[in-house]
Amino acid sequence: MAAIFTPGLTVTEHHLIHKTRQLPLEGEVQVKVGDMVQADDVVARTELPGKVFPVNVANQLGVDPARLKSHMLVKIGDSVEKDQKIAETPGFWGFFASEATAIVSGTVESISVVTGMVIIQAAPIPVEIDAYINGRVVDVIPGEGCVVQNQATMVQGIFGLGGETRGEIAMAASTPDEVIGPQHITAEHRGKVVIGGAYVTIEGLRKAVEVGAAALVTGGFDYDEIKELLGYEVGVAITGGEDLGTTLVVTEGFGQIGMAPATFELLQKKVGQRASVNGATQIRAGVIRPELVVTFDDEEVPNELIADPEPQGIKVGDLIRGIRAPWFGRIGTVKDLPVQPIVVDSETTVRVLEVDFGDGETAPLPRSNVERIER
Amino acid sequence: MNQAPPQGSIRSVLATDCGSTTTKAILIEKTADGWRQTWRGEAPTTVEAPFEDVTRGVLNAAMEVQELSGRELVRDGNIRIPDEDGQGVDMYISTSSAGGGLQLVVGGVVRSMTAESAMRAALGAGAIVMDAFATNDKRKPFEQIERIRQLRPDMILLAGGIDGGTKKHVMALAEMVAAARPRTRLGGGFNLPIIFAGNQEVAEPIEELLGTVSDLQVVENVRPVMERENLGPARDKIHDLFMEHVMAQAPGYDKLMSWVGVPIMPTPGAVGLIMQTIAERKNINVVGVDIGGATTDVFSVFDGTFNRTVSANLGMSYSVSNVLAEAGLPSILRWVPFPIDEKGLRNRIGNKMIRPTTIPETLEELKIEQAIAREALRLAFIQHKEFAVELRGVQQERTIADAFRQSGSGDTLVKMAKLDLIVGSGGVLSHAPRRTQSMRMMIDAFEPEWVTEIAVDSIFMMPHLGVLSTVDQEAATEVFERDCIIYLGSCVAPTGEYKPGRPALKVELAMPDGPQTHTMNEGQLLKIELEHEPGVQATITPLQGDLDVGAGPGKALTTTLRGGVVGLVFDTRGRPIQIPEDGRDRVSLLESWVQAMDEYPTREGA
Repeated sequence: MAAIFTPGLTVTEHHLIHKTRQLPLEGEVQVKVGDMVQADDVVARTELPGKVFPVNVANQLGVDPARLKSHMLVKIGDSVEKDQKIAETPGFWGFFASEATAIVSGTVESISVVTGMVIIQAAPIPVEIDAYINGRVVDVIPGEGCVVQNQATMVQGIFGLGGETRGEIAMAASTPDEVIGPQHITAEHRGKVVIGGAYVTIEGLRKAVEVGAAALVTGGFDYDEIKELLGYEVGVAITGGEDLGTTLVVTEGFGQIGMAPATFELLQKKVGQRASVNGATQIRAGVIRPELVVTFDDEEVPNELIADPEPQGIKVGDLIRGIRAPWFGRIGTVKDLPVQPIVVDSETTVRVLEVDFGDGETAPLPRSNVERIER
Repeated sequence: MNQAPPQGSIRSVLATDCGSTTTKAILIEKTADGWRQTWRGEAPTTVEAPFEDVTRGVLNAAMEVQELSGRELVRDGNIRIPDEDGQGVDMYISTSSAGGGLQLVVGGVVRSMTAESAMRAALGAGAIVMDAFATNDKRKPFEQIERIRQLRPDMILLAGGIDGGTKKHVMALAEMVAAARPRTRLGGGFNLPIIFAGNQEVAEPIEELLGTVSDLQVVENVRPVMERENLGPARDKIHDLFMEHVMAQAPGYDKLMSWVGVPIMPTPGAVGLIMQTIAERKNINVVGVDIGGATTDVFSVFDGTFNRTVSANLGMSYSVSNVLAEAGLPSILRWVPFPIDEKGLRNRIGNKMIRPTTIPETLEELKIEQAIAREALRLAFIQHKEFAVELRGVQQERTIADAFRQSGSGDTLVKMAKLDLIVGSGGVLSHAPRRTQSMRMMIDAFEPEWVTEIAVDSIFMMPHLGVLSTVDQEAATEVFERDCIIYLGSCVAPTGEYKPGRPALKVELAMPDGPQTHTMNEGQLLKIELEHEPGVQATITPLQGDLDVGAGPGKALTTTLRGGVVGLVFDTRGRPIQIPEDGRDRVSLLESWVQAMDEYPTREGA
């Protein structure tokens, strides 16, 4: 059967999910294959090397760098305390003596007889990573981390801000077309994953931050409000490190666009359940989309209900959404996949698919301008 | 690596370029008509999960060529070599920029001298320079060390000091690198390659310091004396290490390396090679540009000196919002020939960033995209002109007149009036629905002066031909001239004071169907259809004493002009191009230029 391969966003009630939890550099893995873990459990830890502080000790002492070692009171590898004397010159009969002290507590990393520089490395910084989702450890990457697996409901967004968080799902919108403003956000949303509708105003998002909401999921958001929010423009979509206080997940795109009804209904079904959310987005090599995950911890999901995580091509009968003007945000069903390319309004020659929008309207859409709604 | 067949014995070549999103394959065959590019195919690049094997994408792209050409190219999961009765190919070659390309950190003692020379060597080799360190940059040493730690480059190029010059500063730089204990981007249990190309008198202590914490390679100094750069040895070493370390670590590249007949080149390195070949063979000054989704590369060859810059965050999809951030909305809007809601435009640009593979379906969307492209190209070219400069730090004899001129050493080498040819490449230029659109985008962005020819790469095959030129110069040149380069035409633009509406030029052309005379006012565009060969005899007379078309202010220029698929474009819009700020005036002037160039279909409301 004819199919085309255009990346889509996953919105699936039953999905077999694998989360790789990896340290930024080698460390100690705390779990083993087969372990059951909770989202908050630490699965690996390491220590990042502390900051290094170079000090020109030869200059401070007023000696030739070549003779620095004879004036040093410590050697490479020694631990030193802040303000500890690390080098000195005797002076003449007690006069004109000089000394150098450690500017930070740490370990002596190097002593240079060419430049006269002594480098002290501060204490290492401990780093831990948690499991992010409840599930079973199915693989261990020695020294780096593990893979946690579970059956889950998975909703991928198109763009996000802020990192990993967790909270109970609560609705702020009653329909997928509702615009969320500050009046929709209350103190009850503290610590919650709040579900909006078509659009959230910047005031609405600020109120979510103010009440301490864990995350806010919305159909659309204005691109220029990001600058207003962060103080800088996001020129390249690589996010996740923003310190907003509330993670933002945009499911459809920039502007006022109704959340896809299937997404909204699925999230509505999960109200009261605990979700893991991540706003991290990377739209370059190694695409990362923001996501919301609700694991099935107690119920066993029949195998036939679990979606195949392999990306599927678009086929006749599939549900798609338009992702570029003039069809941006419109949802329809694929009627046909004609082989011959056509010339569209911009005079560009493209391959298309015929889409039925369900309201009597059908149109050919460029294949690269649609996204399969993966269910 | 496969043994490359001897030059002259090759009859067919399969060439791929493994880009960050798409792997493009072309078939090049020796036909009765000479060397031709015959078929092309493409497939998504498969460096990332779930495939994590670049050869999958290569085989998929090759399969597409196989289906179209009827020539078996893939057998048992390999490229079929050699060519046996029209099946298989004699050689397979490839370039790569997948996984973000080749990423380097460079260092030098003085930012504008040895650090800049190191940067030129790295860029010339096709790398992206993630950061350049110098002992005189404004950061404190601990900040520099932190930054090196965070960056995780593919390799570090360390320069510093002329031969026999400073030792202490070079060592300080090396100590900083050693303290950072930099790690490689792709991980794995191997040391980061560091190339030392600085003062050769400290090579030994550098070896002692960095030899144990890195894979240190010492090459000749990139700046042995102030007056001269020696970039070749460092560039060659970067290419060697790219193959040995970086490529060898990337998923599937070990297999890919065993298939190719010559070493895999970084994509921009191969394009640079082609630019240099054009400039050398025709003895002209060339500017080339490759505008991609994430980055824009600019190349120039002026009086034999090659320069390349990469604007890492100026592109038409992944980086499109960054063009908006850097250029500002008013700069983009000034090219949009219809009124538009600003918030809506920002959202559209944001949506292109998050869905980078979409294409403009409506005419309005196409015009917006081409407006953004003008700004991306313009900004990338500004960055290039600032980088492609005469060597700084050179002692110069100065006259009294020079004392009043602040430039001198460090002047840009890119002199627009001396430029002969602009070559454009990349989707927005190569695949524009009308070639006039490509020509106008390049004229608006680069603002060529006097007489300049403009061309585009037909289907983005310059990288493939760049590698091919290393094994078969004749084949590469033939395919380049016949199938790759499409001459759009020539742009003639006077320089001088701009006063809208006053008479600017008289153009007399000895056209094949009879002489033509045109008179233009300032602020206009005039397009005349003319083929590339044999050209036309033209006399262009400035109608103002301060306007110059290359013969001197107010003087007539008689020359041969070559056209192309667009023809001749006479541009009296001033340099820089003058566009009114008032919305209504601007839209009406832009509309008149669109009509003069027959740029877009005429439609109500478009």
